[in-house]
Amino acid sequence: MKAIIWQGVNKVGVENVPDPALLLPTDAIIKVTSTAICGSDLHLLDGVIPSMEKGDILGHEFMGEVVEVGRDVKKLSVGDRVVVPFNLACGVCDPCRRGLFSACDNSNPNHRMAEALYGAVSGGGLFGYSHMYGGYAGGQAQYVRVPFADVGPHKIESGLRDEQVLFLTDIFPTGYQAAENCSIVPGRDVVAVFGAGPVGQFAARSAQMLGAAHVIVIDRVQGRLAMAEAAGCQTINYEQDDVLVALREATGGRGPDHVIDAVGMEAHGHGPGALVDTAKQKLKLSFDRITALRWAILSCGKGGTVSMPGVYGGLIDKLPMGAAFAKGLTFKMGQTHTHRHIAPLLGRIEAGEIDPSFVITHRASLDQAPELYKTFRDKHDGCVKVVLNPWA
Amino acid sequence: MTDDPRDVQGNAGPEVEGAGEASEPSTGAHMPTMERSVMGTLGVALMGAGLRSARPIQKIVLGSVGAGLAAMAATGRNPLANALKIRQSADGDTLVSDAVTIGRPAAELYAVWRDLAGLPRLMTHLERVEVLSETRSRWTVKAPTGDVSWEAEITADVPGERLAWSSLPGEGIENSGEVLFRPAPGDRGTELIVRLRYRPPGGTTGAVIARIAGEEPAQQLRDDLMRFKREQEFGSEPTTEGQSSGREPATSSSPKAGQA
Repeated sequence: MKAIIWQGVNKVGVENVPDPALLLPTDAIIKVTSTAICGSDLHLLDGVIPSMEKGDILGHEFMGEVVEVGRDVKKLSVGDRVVVPFNLACGVCDPCRRGLFSACDNSNPNHRMAEALYGAVSGGGLFGYSHMYGGYAGGQAQYVRVPFADVGPHKIESGLRDEQVLFLTDIFPTGYQAAENCSIVPGRDVVAVFGAGPVGQFAARSAQMLGAAHVIVIDRVQGRLAMAEAAGCQTINYEQDDVLVALREATGGRGPDHVIDAVGMEAHGHGPGALVDTAKQKLKLSFDRITALRWAILSCGKGGTVSMPGVYGGLIDKLPMGAAFAKGLTFKMGQTHTHRHIAPLLGRIEAGEIDPSFVITHRASLDQAPELYKTFRDKHDGCVKVVLNPWA
Repeated sequence: MTDDPRDVQGNAGPEVEGAGEASEPSTGAHMPTMERSVMGTLGVALMGAGLRSARPIQKIVLGSVGAGLAAMAATGRNPLANALKIRQSADGDTLVSDAVTIGRPAAELYAVWRDLAGLPRLMTHLERVEVLSETRSRWTVKAPTGDVSWEAEITADVPGERLAWSSLPGEGIENSGEVLFRPAPGDRGTELIVRLRYRPPGGTTGAVIARIAGEEPAQQLRDDLMRFKREQEFGSEPTTEGQSSGREPATSSSPKAGQA
């Protein structure tokens, strides 16, 4: 089959690889009908996530049709159409039973690698996202092996198109969880979203769905800001405005009640702080560039929430913790517990509250994916979201 | 092997009592005399070779490594063991412990451990355990130098709570250990705590070398406990062994295309 392969830092290619096979009786094989490139795939392209190996199949946003099931799979049958959460969960451990699916105890075979970096914890496995996260082959391919097949995949039985449900696998629940973590008081709270990429777009729209009185989106790419404006958000271009002043002005001097950092470890930003971050990252003294997080903390109003769907990898210093303490902020963060959001969000799509396909700007075949990884990374050609058809 | 409740705690030797004490001073312990004299001799020899060497780099490297070994021998302390967080008792035994919470009742987990002959399935470095009597068993582990074997005795057995054992004097590697089964708060099942104590071949230096080679019980224990948890909770371990990747040659045809 054809698959997108990580060939090294800044090297992604299409290769012919063996078809996947069932490895455990709880596995299923899915023929991928649609898959996407995620913003966090760019961290892999850039080489800032450790433990990638040449030959790894990428991709964690995918959906398709079940073509084979292991003998212990009870809820899926051949022919079912499913969306598959980007993270793997066993469904029976204590974190899974508490709904903390991304913190699954049992789904990461390389727990020791994660524990070496993060102490005596390891999150669950992720599709196509480094060996520290389990080393599972990803879904930017014609077929994919899906472990824990009774726990992750969710059947799509209505006539919704792939493009309307594909993002239930990651960016929609990720943006939604970021907004949900803010505990928005409907009709009262103002929410600011740093980053108008795909997750930022879904965070902004989810904040609106959860009743935010006003949503402000901050980015530097005009096309992305226009997409947020189309949803009725106010926007700030941080390259044209002083973002802290602009946010104070937009909120009558209070600062937003909640701030969502939908940027994470590879923030661009500008000024001396951003330069220091970049230099440290290049020298491997630090994984993370934290301009967005700094701005989030400094701009957030008193008693507010800093919600972090953006991925951070390692140790962070020069964090304005004094500001966070002075204002009594709450921090909420972590990988998305995708499994628990899919059914309710599918309900919202079916009810016509949101059509997630608004975010798609590029559609292509697998063969065009290597080029589109770069287009997406460089934010060229108005690129916000790329959807791939593995059979085109 | 029966599951009859019995308590042979009266047999517990001093080693097992010690293994039960988490607060025991654990690092920077004194090396056994034999290890100190070997290390001291080696250190002095290296320093001598360093001094005789004509090449300045060799002079410095051999000289300082030799001086380091000699200092370790003189003080009886191994800073490498400290740096690698190898824990030792005051009399030079290496201590290993770890814990895991498993969502199953203590009685079930205890029953799995009490079946000593089945332990090699839980602890992959164990080659085999032969049950000789109610309390006696023979344990065999694979070692780089060949199989090492010893006879062990169960020294405490409280069904559903605690199982302790100790090697018999003069057998293979001197070791002892215990497993505690403790109810976890809430409905989270059982906290399983394993404490091992052994006298590594080659003393502290042997423990350091084993740790660096990734062959040391502290590392193996963590993996074994996670494997046990996964088997008990989910029924199998997750795996990626045998999955497709760009590291293997593609087959020429795509059999699944037919089913699609």
